[in-house]
Amino acid sequence: MRHIISILLENEAGALSRVAGLFSARGYNIESLSVAPTEDPSLSRMTLVTRGSDEIVEQITKQLNKLVDVVKLLDLTEGSHIEREMMLIKVRVGNGGEREEVKRLADIFRGNIIDVSPASYVIELTGDGDKLDAFIQALGGITILETVRCGSMGIARGEKSLHL
Amino acid sequence: MELSGAEILVQFLKDEGVEYVFGYPGGSVLHIYDELYKQDEIKHILVRHEQAAAHAADGYARTSGKPGVVLVTSGPGVTNAVTGIATAYMDSIPMVVITGQVPTAVIGSDAFQEVDTVGITRPCSKHNFLVKDARDLAVTLKKAFHLATTGRPGPVVVDVPKDVTDPNVKIPYSYPESVSMRSYNPKVKGNARQIRRAVELILSARRPIIYSGGGVILSGAAESLTELARLLEIPVTSTLMGLGGYPASDRQFLGMLGMHGTYEANMAMHECDVLIAIGARFDDRVTGKIEQFCPDARIIHVDIDPASISKTVKVDVPIVGDVDSVLTDMLQLLRSSERRLDPEELKEWWALIERWRSANCLAYERDSELIKPQFVVEKLWEITAGDAFVSTDVGQHQMWSAQFYRFDRPGRFVTSGGLGTMGFGLPAAMGIQFANPGRDVACITGEGSIQMCIQELSTCFQYMLPLKIVNLNNRYLGMVRQWQEFFYGSRYSHSYMDALPDFVKLAESYGHVGMRIEKPAEVEDALKEAFALKERLVFLDFITDQTENVYPMIAAGKAHHEMEMSPKSVLI
Ligand SMILES: Cc1cc2nc3c(=O)[nH]c(=O)nc-3n(C[C@H](O)[C@H](O)[C@H](O)COP(=O)(O)OP(=O)(O)OC[C@H]3O[C@@H](n4cnc5c(N)ncnc54)[C@H](O)[C@@H]3O)c2cc1C
Ligand SMILES: Cc1ncc(C[n+]2csc(CCOP(=O)(O)OP(=O)(O)O)c2C)c(N)n1
Ligand SMILES: [Mg+2]
Repeated sequence: MRHIISILLENEAGALSRVAGLFSARGYNIESLSVAPTEDPSLSRMTLVTRGSDEIVEQITKQLNKLVDVVKLLDLTEGSHIEREMMLIKVRVGNGGEREEVKRLADIFRGNIIDVSPASYVIELTGDGDKLDAFIQALGGITILETVRCGSMGIARGEKSLHL
Repeated sequence: MELSGAEILVQFLKDEGVEYVFGYPGGSVLHIYDELYKQDEIKHILVRHEQAAAHAADGYARTSGKPGVVLVTSGPGVTNAVTGIATAYMDSIPMVVITGQVPTAVIGSDAFQEVDTVGITRPCSKHNFLVKDARDLAVTLKKAFHLATTGRPGPVVVDVPKDVTDPNVKIPYSYPESVSMRSYNPKVKGNARQIRRAVELILSARRPIIYSGGGVILSGAAESLTELARLLEIPVTSTLMGLGGYPASDRQFLGMLGMHGTYEANMAMHECDVLIAIGARFDDRVTGKIEQFCPDARIIHVDIDPASISKTVKVDVPIVGDVDSVLTDMLQLLRSSERRLDPEELKEWWALIERWRSANCLAYERDSELIKPQFVVEKLWEITAGDAFVSTDVGQHQMWSAQFYRFDRPGRFVTSGGLGTMGFGLPAAMGIQFANPGRDVACITGEGSIQMCIQELSTCFQYMLPLKIVNLNNRYLGMVRQWQEFFYGSRYSHSYMDALPDFVKLAESYGHVGMRIEKPAEVEDALKEAFALKERLVFLDFITDQTENVYPMIAAGKAHHEMEMSPKSVLI
């Protein structure tokens, strides 16, 4: 099963490689990973998406907790939660038809066109992975020049929160 | 107090109560060595190879109750030490390893003798640090000692760039009495509800067994374990790492379990209905085929590391906590209650166990013309009154040590179980002798293993360590040869130890006493003579039967009841 795990981590050099090293050394898979400092600059927050049986995910969370740099951890999959990814996508828009079409699709998907040149648009889109995939599908014949996606970020719904 | 980084480092070690540092100098640690030179409180032991520094610190830690301390230079000093660090990591041994590093300004530039120490040791240490500022040195060292010695112990590496120990830069120092880390709070006390559940389950058992491990030794819980087992008359088996946690000469002890465990221990595991795992980690050498592991058992597991619990075998009553604390709580519950296990059921269980025991699974040929390795270990046990500290290397001799030297006390058997590091025995014995001056220390080894750290005979001479090296010389990498005999049609591919040195002359050239023993009749006298030489290291080269195998044996992928037995044992 797919699990989305949120981790509060000491914001120290090497903390990220301890997590990454743990996954490669123990043969766990990482589907995506995103990390950045929090409002407390001594802490980073990481969201990690992995797949595995219940036993494996239990080991993953235990092994993560064992890392000295891991301060706190929450498996968001255990409760209701919100998940977001962000994508920047650059497409070729050579003629008026294409420009219209991309603008319309971006609106439908509630994306923003954030860069415009004579032959290209950059669209910014957030949502869960499926929505971003659907947008790419919907582009159909439009030429994609490049895409960049961040890993999933997650947060629990309601009052439940991951903090010190 | 204003001190330089090097002065802080040495002063900190004094304040921390460190008595010995095992090390080897080099460019990046010269400032530190200069400080060591100026004092005589901390004794520095100069080994002949950094691997040995780590193993010696390991042996010291296992038999002193204090963490071992290692000091090595950057680059090759570190890479040489890695085997020793990994060995300590696998066996959860508290150790602080201080490594020199190139100056901060050139880190990352492929500078002379630069390696990424933090990167290399990350997967084989409990934690590691790179100290970039002398002002962080004392508190980082304190964290290192704290991490190494609490929770599940392990080696911690502190990488110190040369400029951090610069003698010309002085900064304030005060000894950090304690340190707190918000992300590190190991749980010592077991959950009361879980402990009650465990006691209920134990009391309801008809065929219980205690499977005791290295955690009992690390926790200092041998007494509580013994009391619990005796109070309830439960049979006890132990892992290689747990030997001595329960007295081996006691009737309730079934011997070691697992791949080379006894028939009675493994059969009792297979037939038990309640398994009480205490400070043991369900290693594959112990469990055999996981699907058939203790098929009828409900399992209780006490371990300080939550990640050890239900890692390979799912357990029914997990208890996270320190063994001694949890056993003390269990004993308290039991003492305040009249309830005990059903005596009739227990009697039947013991009758079954005695039948298995009568198979005499460790029997070997006693009237051979050749020296049987088992006989040497048995005699060693007799002559040292079962009271020596014994380190081993890795191979057949290690298993015979575990089977035939009956350890009645914890912390007497020092062996590399998890990593299985050949070369461990001699340097570990050095560390043991430093921690236990005046005590008998024997290193049981093989002609293959001893050659992996043989240079340490020189260290032993320098510090006059009166070790007794018991070399079970079968001219083979015996454990490899045994597998080749059993599983590769006796094709002995590169397991014959050709071109062996004359160990007697070798020992003598290092300044020690050497003896070669070729006949069974000479074994006892040779050992007596060696142990009578209280001040000298004696290298006893026992020329043993080359064909001897370790029995019983559970082949890889087989279950506990599928043991290969010695032709000498009486199957029932
Ligand atoms: C050639 C060879 C053959 C071998 N054959 C066998 C064999 O036949 N049988 C055998 O048993 N082994 C054998 N071994 C050893 C084996 O590989 C393992 O090292 C060993 O079984 C592990 O022992 P353990 O389970 O006691 O764990 P250890 O490695 O000693 O781990 C200790 C456990 O206790 C926990 N712990 C630590 N401190 C505490 C505390 N204070 N409180 C609570 N818990 C704590 C730790 O978290 C850990 O889970 C062999 C090794 C070699 C090299
Ligand atoms: C450093 C290292 N290399 C290889 C091995 C694999 N190995 C395990 S036992 C063994 C043979 C050891 O031979 P010896 O020391 O003579 O002991 P014996 O088995 O003959 O008693 C080998 C090569 C190991 N455990 N460690
Ligand atoms: Mg040999």
